[in-house]
Amino acid sequence: MDFRSSDTIPGPRAEDQLPHTAEAAVKLVIVGGFGVGKTTMVGSVSEIRPLTTEETMTQAGIGVDDNFGSETKTATTVAMDFGRISVSDKLVLYLFGTPGQERFWFLWNGLFEGALGAVVLVDTRRLEVSFDVMGRLEERGVPFVVAVNTFPDAPRYPLEQLRTALDLAADVPIIECDVRRRASSRDVLMTLMRFLHTLALTGRLS
Amino acid sequence: MTPPQRQRRHPEREPDPAPRQEGEGRNPERLFVIGEGNDGAADIDLVTLIVGRAEAPGSLPPEQAAVIRLCETPLSGAELSAYLQLPFSVVSVLLTELLAAGLVQARAPIVRQALPDRSLLEAVMHGLQKL
Repeated sequence: MDFRSSDTIPGPRAEDQLPHTAEAAVKLVIVGGFGVGKTTMVGSVSEIRPLTTEETMTQAGIGVDDNFGSETKTATTVAMDFGRISVSDKLVLYLFGTPGQERFWFLWNGLFEGALGAVVLVDTRRLEVSFDVMGRLEERGVPFVVAVNTFPDAPRYPLEQLRTALDLAADVPIIECDVRRRASSRDVLMTLMRFLHTLALTGRLS
Repeated sequence: MTPPQRQRRHPEREPDPAPRQEGEGRNPERLFVIGEGNDGAADIDLVTLIVGRAEAPGSLPPEQAAVIRLCETPLSGAELSAYLQLPFSVVSVLLTELLAAGLVQARAPIVRQALPDRSLLEAVMHGLQKL
Protein backbone atom coordinates (compact mmCIF):
# COMPACT_ATOMS: atom_id res chain seq x y z
CA MET A 1 0.00 0.00 0.00
CA ASP A 2 1.31 3.34 -0.99
CA PHE A 3 1.34 5.42 2.11
CA ARG A 4 2.32 9.05 2.20
CA SER A 5 4.70 10.07 4.91
CA SER A 6 3.03 11.34 8.03
CA ASP A 7 4.20 14.90 7.49
CA THR A 8 2.15 15.30 4.34
CA ILE A 9 -1.16 13.97 5.61
CA PRO A 10 -3.54 16.81 6.18
CA GLY A 11 -5.29 16.35 9.48
CA PRO A 12 -8.27 18.30 10.73
CA ARG A 13 -8.08 22.04 10.26
CA ALA A 14 -7.55 23.91 13.53
CA GLU A 15 -11.24 24.86 13.66
CA ASP A 16 -12.23 21.22 13.11
CA GLN A 17 -10.30 19.89 16.08
CA LEU A 18 -12.26 18.59 19.03
CA PRO A 19 -11.46 20.06 22.44
CA HIS A 20 -9.46 17.90 24.84
CA THR A 21 -12.53 17.80 27.06
CA ALA A 22 -14.35 15.56 24.54
CA GLU A 23 -14.97 12.43 26.57
CA ALA A 24 -17.35 10.33 24.56
CA ALA A 25 -19.19 10.08 21.30
CA VAL A 26 -22.54 8.77 20.14
CA LYS A 27 -23.72 8.01 16.64
CA LEU A 28 -26.86 8.18 14.57
CA VAL A 29 -27.26 6.51 11.21
CA ILE A 30 -29.01 7.97 8.18
CA VAL A 31 -29.96 5.15 5.87
CA GLY A 32 -31.56 5.26 2.47
CA GLY A 33 -31.21 4.45 -1.20
CA PHE A 34 -28.70 5.91 -3.61
CA GLY A 35 -29.33 9.59 -4.34
CA VAL A 36 -31.95 10.08 -1.64
CA GLY A 37 -29.96 12.85 0.02
CA LYS A 38 -28.06 11.16 2.86
CA THR A 39 -24.83 13.05 2.26
CA THR A 40 -26.69 16.32 1.72
CA MET A 41 -28.36 15.85 5.08
CA VAL A 42 -25.08 15.04 6.80
CA GLY A 43 -23.47 18.10 5.23
CA SER A 44 -26.28 20.48 6.13
CA VAL A 45 -25.96 19.87 9.88
CA SER A 46 -22.30 18.86 10.26
CA GLU A 47 -19.82 21.26 11.82
CA ILE A 48 -17.07 19.77 9.66
CA ARG A 49 -17.05 19.25 5.93
CA PRO A 50 -18.39 15.70 5.48
CA LEU A 51 -15.66 13.09 5.48
CA THR A 52 -15.60 9.67 3.91
CA THR A 53 -14.54 6.39 5.44
CA GLU A 54 -14.02 3.60 2.99
CA GLU A 55 -13.87 -0.12 3.33
CA THR A 56 -12.54 -2.40 0.66
CA MET A 57 -14.20 -5.73 0.17
CA THR A 58 -13.69 -8.59 -2.16
CA GLN A 59 -16.52 -9.85 -4.25
CA ALA A 60 -16.34 -13.31 -5.65
CA GLY A 61 -17.54 -13.12 -9.20
CA ILE A 62 -17.37 -14.76 -12.55
CA GLY A 63 -15.22 -12.86 -14.99
CA VAL A 64 -17.10 -11.32 -17.85
CA ASP A 65 -14.24 -11.81 -20.23
CA ASP A 66 -13.08 -15.23 -21.13
CA ASN A 67 -10.68 -16.22 -18.44
CA PHE A 68 -11.08 -19.92 -18.95
CA GLY A 69 -13.99 -20.28 -16.61
CA SER A 70 -12.00 -19.46 -13.52
CA GLU A 71 -13.52 -17.42 -10.73
CA THR A 72 -12.08 -14.03 -10.17
CA LYS A 73 -12.17 -11.92 -7.08
CA THR A 74 -12.65 -8.24 -7.54
CA ALA A 75 -12.03 -5.60 -4.93
CA THR A 76 -14.82 -3.11 -4.44
CA THR A 77 -14.71 0.00 -2.35
CA VAL A 78 -17.75 0.93 -0.32
CA ALA A 79 -17.81 4.47 0.99
CA MET A 80 -19.72 5.99 3.84
CA ASP A 81 -19.97 9.74 4.37
CA PHE A 82 -20.20 11.14 7.83
CA GLY A 83 -20.31 14.39 9.74
CA ARG A 84 -19.99 15.61 13.28
CA ILE A 85 -21.81 17.84 15.74
CA SER A 86 -20.27 18.80 19.08
CA VAL A 87 -23.29 18.78 21.36
CA SER A 88 -21.27 19.90 24.37
CA ASP A 89 -17.66 20.23 25.51
CA LYS A 90 -17.76 16.58 26.52
CA LEU A 91 -20.09 14.88 24.08
CA VAL A 92 -19.78 14.51 20.32
CA LEU A 93 -22.47 13.29 17.92
CA TYR A 94 -21.50 11.59 14.67
CA LEU A 95 -23.87 11.11 11.76
CA PHE A 96 -23.25 8.34 9.26
CA GLY A 97 -25.01 8.10 5.92
CA THR A 98 -25.02 4.50 4.83
CA PRO A 99 -26.30 2.61 1.80
CA GLY A 100 -29.52 0.71 2.26
CA GLN A 101 -28.14 -2.70 1.37
CA GLU A 102 -27.63 -4.73 4.51
CA ARG A 103 -24.76 -6.63 2.95
CA PHE A 104 -22.62 -3.51 3.32
CA TRP A 105 -23.50 -2.79 6.94
CA PHE A 106 -21.24 -5.39 8.51
CA LEU A 107 -18.19 -3.77 6.90
CA TRP A 108 -18.12 -1.29 9.76
CA ASN A 109 -18.33 -3.17 13.04
CA GLY A 110 -21.29 -2.20 15.17
CA LEU A 111 -22.52 0.51 12.80
CA PHE A 112 -26.14 -0.07 13.78
CA GLU A 113 -25.71 -2.03 16.99
CA GLY A 114 -24.07 0.85 18.77
CA ALA A 115 -26.14 3.63 17.19
CA LEU A 116 -28.69 5.43 19.34
CA GLY A 117 -31.14 5.27 16.45
CA ALA A 118 -31.61 5.77 12.73
CA VAL A 119 -33.29 8.03 10.21
CA VAL A 120 -34.74 6.23 7.20
CA LEU A 121 -34.63 8.81 4.43
CA VAL A 122 -37.13 8.13 1.67
CA ASP A 123 -37.89 9.50 -1.77
CA THR A 124 -41.53 9.10 -2.82
CA ARG A 125 -40.43 8.45 -6.40
CA ARG A 126 -38.80 5.24 -5.18
CA LEU A 127 -40.58 4.42 -1.96
CA GLU A 128 -40.07 0.69 -2.34
CA VAL A 129 -36.29 1.10 -1.99
CA SER A 130 -36.82 1.76 1.72
CA PHE A 131 -39.10 -1.21 2.46
CA ASP A 132 -36.31 -3.68 3.03
CA VAL A 133 -34.27 -1.27 5.15
CA MET A 134 -37.15 -0.75 7.57
CA GLY A 135 -37.67 -4.48 7.93
CA ARG A 136 -33.99 -4.99 8.71
CA LEU A 137 -33.97 -2.24 11.35
CA GLU A 138 -37.09 -3.70 12.98
CA GLU A 139 -35.45 -7.12 13.14
CA ARG A 140 -32.32 -5.63 14.71
CA GLY A 141 -34.32 -3.59 17.21
CA VAL A 142 -32.89 -0.29 15.98
CA PRO A 143 -35.38 2.51 16.67
CA PHE A 144 -35.95 4.75 13.65
CA VAL A 145 -38.01 7.61 12.30
CA VAL A 146 -38.96 8.11 8.65
CA ALA A 147 -38.05 11.37 6.90
CA VAL A 148 -39.53 12.06 3.47
CA ASN A 149 -37.14 14.21 1.45
CA THR A 150 -39.41 16.39 -0.66
CA PHE A 151 -37.93 16.55 -4.13
CA PRO A 152 -39.74 19.12 -6.33
CA ASP A 153 -40.73 16.58 -8.97
CA ALA A 154 -41.64 13.80 -6.56
CA PRO A 155 -45.25 12.78 -5.95
CA ARG A 156 -46.68 14.19 -2.73
CA TYR A 157 -48.80 11.95 -0.56
CA PRO A 158 -50.50 12.78 2.72
CA LEU A 159 -48.23 11.55 5.51
CA GLU A 160 -50.95 9.28 6.87
CA GLN A 161 -51.19 7.62 3.47
CA LEU A 162 -47.42 7.10 3.51
CA ARG A 163 -47.63 5.73 7.04
CA THR A 164 -50.12 3.13 5.82
CA ALA A 165 -48.07 2.32 2.73
CA LEU A 166 -44.93 1.89 4.84
CA ASP A 167 -46.87 -0.12 7.44
CA LEU A 168 -45.40 1.99 10.22
CA ALA A 169 -46.41 1.44 13.82
CA ALA A 170 -48.63 4.24 15.10
CA ASP A 171 -45.91 5.67 17.33
CA VAL A 172 -43.12 5.79 14.73
CA PRO A 173 -42.74 9.42 13.62
CA ILE A 174 -42.86 10.28 9.93
CA ILE A 175 -42.07 13.80 8.76
CA GLU A 176 -41.35 15.70 5.57
CA CYS A 177 -38.05 17.50 5.17
CA ASP A 178 -35.82 19.36 2.77
CA VAL A 179 -32.39 18.03 3.64
CA ARG A 180 -30.66 20.92 1.87
CA ARG A 181 -31.82 23.14 4.72
CA ARG A 182 -29.99 22.94 8.01
CA ALA A 183 -33.09 23.76 10.08
CA SER A 184 -35.09 21.05 8.33
CA SER A 185 -32.37 18.41 8.79
CA ARG A 186 -32.00 19.43 12.41
CA ASP A 187 -35.77 19.02 12.90
CA VAL A 188 -35.49 15.45 11.59
CA LEU A 189 -32.73 14.68 14.10
CA MET A 190 -34.74 16.33 16.89
CA THR A 191 -37.74 14.18 15.94
CA LEU A 192 -35.57 11.09 16.26
CA MET A 193 -34.16 12.22 19.60
CA ARG A 194 -37.63 13.00 21.00
CA PHE A 195 -38.80 9.57 19.84
CA LEU A 196 -35.84 7.91 21.58
CA HIS A 197 -36.55 9.94 24.68
CA THR A 198 -40.19 8.80 24.69
CA LEU A 199 -39.07 5.20 24.27
CA ALA A 200 -36.68 5.65 27.18
CA LEU A 201 -39.40 7.13 29.37
CA THR A 202 -41.77 4.27 28.62
CA GLY A 203 -39.01 1.72 29.02
CA ARG A 204 -39.41 0.31 25.55
CA LEU A 205 -35.94 0.96 24.24
CA SER A 206 -34.06 -2.27 24.08
CA MET B 1 -52.61 8.16 -6.79
CA THR B 2 -51.53 5.69 -4.13
CA PRO B 3 -47.99 4.87 -3.12
CA PRO B 4 -46.69 1.31 -3.36
CA GLN B 5 -47.50 -0.84 -0.33
CA ARG B 6 -44.81 -2.34 1.85
CA GLN B 7 -45.17 -6.02 2.69
CA ARG B 8 -43.73 -7.05 6.05
CA ARG B 9 -40.85 -9.42 5.91
CA HIS B 10 -41.33 -12.94 7.20
CA PRO B 11 -37.77 -14.19 7.41
CA GLU B 12 -38.62 -17.79 8.27
CA ARG B 13 -40.93 -18.25 5.31
CA GLU B 14 -39.53 -15.82 2.85
CA PRO B 15 -37.86 -17.20 -0.24
CA ASP B 16 -34.72 -15.46 -1.38
CA PRO B 17 -35.90 -12.04 -2.56
CA ALA B 18 -35.34 -10.41 -5.91
CA PRO B 19 -33.08 -12.29 -8.29
CA ARG B 20 -29.54 -11.11 -7.87
CA GLN B 21 -27.09 -10.02 -10.45
CA GLU B 22 -24.34 -12.39 -11.27
CA GLY B 23 -21.67 -12.25 -8.61
CA GLU B 24 -23.96 -10.67 -6.03
CA GLY B 25 -25.24 -13.90 -4.60
CA ARG B 26 -22.72 -14.23 -1.87
CA ASN B 27 -21.97 -11.83 0.90
CA PRO B 28 -18.89 -9.78 0.21
CA GLU B 29 -15.83 -10.18 2.36
CA ARG B 30 -13.63 -7.49 3.79
CA LEU B 31 -10.44 -7.30 1.85
CA PHE B 32 -8.52 -6.71 5.06
CA VAL B 33 -9.60 -9.29 7.55
CA ILE B 34 -8.53 -8.89 11.13
CA GLY B 35 -6.98 -12.13 12.26
CA GLU B 36 -8.74 -14.51 14.60
CA GLY B 37 -7.66 -14.12 18.16
CA ASN B 38 -6.53 -10.57 17.58
CA ASP B 39 -8.49 -9.44 20.59
CA GLY B 40 -9.23 -5.80 20.91
CA ALA B 41 -9.51 -4.84 17.26
CA ALA B 42 -13.24 -5.45 17.32
CA ASP B 43 -13.54 -3.07 20.26
CA ILE B 44 -12.58 -0.09 18.14
CA ASP B 45 -15.79 1.56 17.07
CA LEU B 46 -16.21 4.15 14.33
CA VAL B 47 -16.78 6.71 17.07
CA THR B 48 -14.21 5.58 19.61
CA LEU B 49 -12.29 8.77 20.37
CA ILE B 50 -8.53 8.34 20.19
CA VAL B 51 -6.04 10.63 21.92
CA GLY B 52 -2.26 10.45 21.66
CA ARG B 53 -0.41 9.81 24.91
CA ALA B 54 3.18 10.16 23.88
CA GLU B 55 5.51 11.43 21.23
CA ALA B 56 5.88 8.97 18.39
CA PRO B 57 9.13 7.02 18.81
CA GLY B 58 11.37 7.41 15.79
CA SER B 59 11.21 3.70 15.14
CA LEU B 60 7.47 3.73 14.52
CA PRO B 61 6.14 2.85 11.04
CA PRO B 62 4.81 5.90 9.16
CA GLU B 63 1.15 4.91 9.41
CA GLN B 64 1.32 4.64 13.18
CA ALA B 65 3.35 7.83 13.49
CA ALA B 66 0.65 9.56 11.44
CA VAL B 67 -2.06 8.34 13.81
CA ILE B 68 -0.21 9.76 16.79
CA ARG B 69 0.41 13.05 15.03
CA LEU B 70 -3.27 13.37 14.07
CA CYS B 71 -4.44 12.49 17.57
CA GLU B 72 -2.94 15.49 19.33
CA THR B 73 -6.59 16.35 19.89
CA PRO B 74 -9.30 13.67 20.20
CA LEU B 75 -10.26 12.11 16.88
CA SER B 76 -12.70 9.30 16.11
CA GLY B 77 -11.72 6.10 14.35
CA ALA B 78 -13.87 7.15 11.41
CA GLU B 79 -12.06 10.49 11.10
CA LEU B 80 -8.69 8.75 11.24
CA SER B 81 -9.83 6.46 8.43
CA ALA B 82 -10.89 9.48 6.39
CA TYR B 83 -7.75 11.57 6.95
CA LEU B 84 -5.36 8.65 6.50
CA GLN B 85 -7.35 7.39 3.51
CA LEU B 86 -7.14 3.89 4.90
CA PRO B 87 -9.98 1.38 5.28
CA PHE B 88 -11.47 1.45 8.75
CA SER B 89 -10.47 -2.18 9.33
CA VAL B 90 -6.83 -1.23 8.75
CA VAL B 91 -7.13 1.72 11.11
CA SER B 92 -8.59 -0.65 13.73
CA VAL B 93 -5.51 -2.83 13.52
CA LEU B 94 -3.16 0.16 13.77
CA LEU B 95 -5.05 1.45 16.80
CA THR B 96 -5.04 -1.93 18.50
CA GLU B 97 -1.25 -2.00 18.22
CA LEU B 98 -0.88 1.58 19.43
CA LEU B 99 -3.20 0.93 22.36
CA ALA B 100 -1.21 -2.16 23.33
CA ALA B 101 1.98 -0.10 23.21
CA GLY B 102 0.39 2.58 25.39
CA LEU B 103 0.99 5.26 22.77
CA VAL B 104 -2.65 6.26 22.42
CA GLN B 105 -5.66 6.26 24.68
CA ALA B 106 -9.20 5.28 23.67
CA ARG B 107 -12.37 6.91 24.95
CA ALA B 108 -15.13 4.38 24.45
CA PRO B 109 -18.33 5.38 22.68
CA ILE B 110 -21.71 5.41 24.39
CA VAL B 111 -23.87 2.80 22.74
CA ARG B 112 -27.58 2.07 22.78
CA GLN B 113 -28.44 0.21 25.95
CA ALA B 114 -31.34 -1.66 27.44
CA LEU B 115 -31.51 0.98 30.14
CA PRO B 116 -30.86 4.18 28.22
CA ASP B 117 -29.46 7.22 29.89
CA ARG B 118 -32.12 9.88 29.51
CA SER B 119 -29.73 12.64 30.47
CA LEU B 120 -27.55 11.59 27.54
CA LEU B 121 -30.50 11.88 25.12
CA GLU B 122 -31.36 15.25 26.64
CA ALA B 123 -27.78 16.46 26.20
CA VAL B 124 -27.92 15.56 22.50
CA MET B 125 -31.27 17.33 22.11
CA HIS B 126 -29.93 20.40 23.84
CA GLY B 127 -26.92 20.41 21.52
CA LEU B 128 -29.11 20.08 18.42
CA GLN B 129 -31.29 22.97 19.52
CA LYS B 130 -28.25 25.23 19.41
CA LEU B 131 -27.58 24.45 15.75
